[in-house]
Amino acid sequence: MIEALQFDFMRNALLAGVFVSIACGIIGTFVVIKRIVFVSGGIAHAAYGGIGLGYYFKYSVLPILLADAAQARLDPRPGYYPLFGAILFSLVSAVAMGLVQRRTRQRADTVIGAMWAIGMATGIIFVDLTAGYKVDLMSYLFGSILAVQPSELLVILGLDIVVILLVVLFYKELVAISFDETFATVENVPVDVIYIVLLCMIALTVVMMMRVVGLIMVIALLTMPAAISGQFARDMRRMMMLASILGILFTTVGLWLSYAWNLTSGATIILVLGAAYLLSLAVKSLVRRQQAGNTSNGMV
Amino acid sequence: MISVRHLWAGYDGELVLEDVNLSVNKLDFIGLIGPNGGGKTTLLKVLLGLLSPMQGQVRIMGKDVPEGRRYIGYVPQTVAFDQDFPISVWDVAQMGRLGTRRLLQRYTAEDNEIVAQALRNVDMLHLRDRPIGTLSGGQRQRVYIARALAAEPKILLLDEPLSSVDFQVSKDIYELLSLLNEYLTILLVSHDMNAISSHVKTIGCLNRRLFYHAQRQITPDMMQAAYGCPIDLIAHGVPHRVFEQHDSEESRE
Repeated sequence: MIEALQFDFMRNALLAGVFVSIACGIIGTFVVIKRIVFVSGGIAHAAYGGIGLGYYFKYSVLPILLADAAQARLDPRPGYYPLFGAILFSLVSAVAMGLVQRRTRQRADTVIGAMWAIGMATGIIFVDLTAGYKVDLMSYLFGSILAVQPSELLVILGLDIVVILLVVLFYKELVAISFDETFATVENVPVDVIYIVLLCMIALTVVMMMRVVGLIMVIALLTMPAAISGQFARDMRRMMMLASILGILFTTVGLWLSYAWNLTSGATIILVLGAAYLLSLAVKSLVRRQQAGNTSNGMV
Repeated sequence: MISVRHLWAGYDGELVLEDVNLSVNKLDFIGLIGPNGGGKTTLLKVLLGLLSPMQGQVRIMGKDVPEGRRYIGYVPQTVAFDQDFPISVWDVAQMGRLGTRRLLQRYTAEDNEIVAQALRNVDMLHLRDRPIGTLSGGQRQRVYIARALAAEPKILLLDEPLSSVDFQVSKDIYELLSLLNEYLTILLVSHDMNAISSHVKTIGCLNRRLFYHAQRQITPDMMQAAYGCPIDLIAHGVPHRVFEQHDSEESRE
């Protein structure tokens, strides 16, 4: 591991894992507690539309605008355009899904399911339309933490700061709508606005995570650290902190294992997380049984 | 305090409340009973501004609902979902201060004092750091009452306050409510006659229409009119002797 750190890409990957885990721990806590995993999945997949759009813009529109197609096509690295496309698209889809849930009488989960698929399909079609070089889009589906560029690292850090700032600013309202939305409404908290802010933060977090574990496994990284810490934490602050720490730990371990055994890093991270989650469930049920045993003994 | 005039309400054209009239006066302690589906929840939703009436007028402290509801302390039905929610007693009670602190404002020392006093009133301050999931049903109900008190309301609105607690606990909570009634107006709804004890000053029946004459006993004509109610009265009320001092009166009538 130590010798791996001499590589820039490894240091970038580790930093990306740390940054992403912090946002994941905080936002994942809300996702787990408020049971909005499905919407989060929808936002994540709809974001793929933005990646397609970003590619199309970069390789088909921009070269025409700049009359510099050759140079644009020379650079095969996924750069800013797909990333910003994804940010834009996921924010729009977050707001749209929030409005569907709050404002219409349609079956919200059906509509979200449709938007989920439409977003992905849009992404695929735009990639089809993109002229010339097709960059490895699989990296967005399965993650490519080892290919994170310093410039992307800055964007991830920026998103991290935005997410943390928003949570600090709206903390009491976010907790209130998570715990008891009816009461929050009666207390004149703007619950719909706060909910959509929460979905937008999920959108930003999901975009950051796509580079680390890929779109398909985003939900696992978002929910599992929070789910583990939720079994032991007594309040939400501690749950968030523990989830962030666990996320950092498991992404680092996963990264190291993937390096040592030459495995796909995103999938390795997810498996480490999954193993930890199952272990925590087992520990928790043992503890419960022990406690139940103690109380019944005490009563006898 | 609350005035409801010719209220018609429902969902998607399905009428649930018909021509409901109710006036709640200062320091009233009103228990409204009615069968499930009789419109209790709908009435509460209208009073809390969660549902707009189809027709009629609702005023709280002389104001329209969105403004007037800040005088209401709302105590919801305790539900099972919050068992796992990682939140302390204190943090729950503190939510009562949300209405006075705008977005981006932090809670102040004054808020903390009010929250502490609210928890003291319901005798839960010593458990302030306990996660809500580890409390008993009665304790949790007290925390919700404290949360409502922390909003410094003029009126307490309780929804099925005793649906998940045993007889002794419900007696304790009624004693608490009686104490609070010295300075607070209280309106509670329940489907269960057991929940309406002799601590309630007046009682009404709600089954699409409201039968309420600001009296303590349910009169035979009220029963007859709200035919959903008397079944409850006979099935649950009498064996538990909720209205023992009135039974004789009623039988004389």
